[in-house]
Amino acid sequence: MTAGSAPILAIEALETRVRVGQASFPAVDGVSLSLHHGESLAIVGESGCGKSMLALSVMGLLEPRVARIVSGRVLFDGADLARLPERRLRAIRGRDISMIFQEPMSSLNPVLTVGRQVAEVVRQHEGLSPRAAWERAVEMLALVQIPDPRSRAGEFPHQLSGGMRQRVLIAIALACAPRVLLADEPTTALDVTVQAQILDLILSLQERLSMALVLITHDLAVVAETVSRVIVMYAGRKIEEAATTALFARPAHPYTKGLLGSLPSRARADGTRRLTAIRGVVPPLSALRRGCLFASRCPHAVDRCRVEAPELAPIETGHVVACWRAGELWGR
Amino acid sequence: MRSLPRAFRTDAQTSAVKPTGTFATTLSRLWRNPTASFGAALLVLLAGSAVLAPLLALHDPLALVPAERLRAPSHAHLFGTDMLGRDLYARVLHGGRLSLTVGILTAVICSLIGLAIGLVAGFSRLADALIMRVMDGIMAIPGILLAIALATIVGGGVSTIVLAIAVPEIPVVVRVVRGVVLTLREQTYVEAARSLGTRPGRILIRHILPNSLAPLVVQATYICGLAILIEAYLSFLGAGIPPEFPSWGNIMAEGRGFVLIAEWIILIPGAFVAATVLALNLLGDALRDMLDPRTRRTL
Repeated sequence: MTAGSAPILAIEALETRVRVGQASFPAVDGVSLSLHHGESLAIVGESGCGKSMLALSVMGLLEPRVARIVSGRVLFDGADLARLPERRLRAIRGRDISMIFQEPMSSLNPVLTVGRQVAEVVRQHEGLSPRAAWERAVEMLALVQIPDPRSRAGEFPHQLSGGMRQRVLIAIALACAPRVLLADEPTTALDVTVQAQILDLILSLQERLSMALVLITHDLAVVAETVSRVIVMYAGRKIEEAATTALFARPAHPYTKGLLGSLPSRARADGTRRLTAIRGVVPPLSALRRGCLFASRCPHAVDRCRVEAPELAPIETGHVVACWRAGELWGR
Repeated sequence: MRSLPRAFRTDAQTSAVKPTGTFATTLSRLWRNPTASFGAALLVLLAGSAVLAPLLALHDPLALVPAERLRAPSHAHLFGTDMLGRDLYARVLHGGRLSLTVGILTAVICSLIGLAIGLVAGFSRLADALIMRVMDGIMAIPGILLAIALATIVGGGVSTIVLAIAVPEIPVVVRVVRGVVLTLREQTYVEAARSLGTRPGRILIRHILPNSLAPLVVQATYICGLAILIEAYLSFLGAGIPPEFPSWGNIMAEGRGFVLIAEWIILIPGAFVAATVLALNLLGDALRDMLDPRTRRTL
């Protein structure tokens, strides 16, 4: 990794609040992260942890009446995306930063051929002629390993399977060779067998095109062999960040341990074969945000956890965690 | 070549057999649906008779032959004659030209204006509030009264009638289009388009417009039928097309005094109106079912 150079995307203390009636609640609460050129990073957490809100904040796709960025910066190429006018954001979206959504079934326009939809992005951002854009579309479909791309390009989304549609969406996202790709649960809606293919495809393309990748997922198994670094989010906060191998070997936060404990097929240290679930659910947005937000579900919580929020602190090189008891519990 | 059972066909074969989504396949599906094909055939027949009226009708629709008046349908006069001895067959066919013109013009005008206003209303929240209140206002005007008022002020004629029918119908189209746009703009593919940096205008034209055409076409067929019916009412009431030009409504209006002795003067043009409206409604219903993906599979 080019850790020494400046990151291509840097998020600094980003806070995004969601409005519910008269009140507003933080969906992303002071998250910072940096992503270097060609690096792959995963953001992991249960549903409702703010992962997708984080991605939408970066893309500037928040519904303005519902959610908005209240503080923090999203630095891309020296510009703060959080403060950029919509016009300039539009030029960046799809060209420099692309996003893949989780629903391949509904992310394609049913009345346009898939080739047209790929060509559309290229025409928009690179001003190619319709013919040249179509040729690029066919190339892109070939790149995402769609068999017989020339005739497939003329088909409509409903003629393709879910896996094929996700490939088309990847082709659309990559058509302008973006430098950053945000993949929001790209495999959730797919069959298990297809999931692996799509992940492999995203990873191989990430390497070939030397993009930086942010993979958003709730599935740690997906992360294990795909990305180099993992960020764990809980209730809108970043609670742990580490290199993937370090995180799997010695998770420090009780929540991360819980996530790993609920993974099948992993031999656990305590020798039990049963899967362990994390009790309870992610607190609702409206819950009182006092102390460590995981305290109510944490088996190790002490009084201090309920009162005072722990700061992120390094526990080993490149491994930070927000837990008061991380030091004493780590490695146990 | 023996065709494989459906389940064994590969994707490519299936798609070659049934490349759904194109205009040609919509037509072929339309043809296989009995209701739709009946409606379409009836409509083609009626429209054809109107277009070819000068060739099909041997008599002049305006020629007065007092000696031949109030003749029942016979070999010489297929539909009989009216109280002034004009050939009813020629008048009904020529009347169809006027009635169908009014219907089609109204449908086209309503669709275009309604589509434009509906798209804006659905896409911009600010415009929405304003536009929809104006539309509510227009909807409150009774159509027939408006037509009678217009006919009195401007004088009867095709353009007056079309205007009078179109104005109260436009809000209906606006509501349909706006409703569709409101659901379409929440679609993931619209968000996906935004995530690709697509400009709002382009999203409207490329993603929202094509997807809102289907319900619009359906609405247009209903408006066409309705306009023909309203033209007949208005002409019957004397507020429509001037009586010297035959339209289905006019012919019926003139014949109403003779309904007891020459019922064909009313019944025949009435049957034409009924058949046209029926055909348009059948076609509209079938189109609605066909263009709605949820019911498409059952056809």
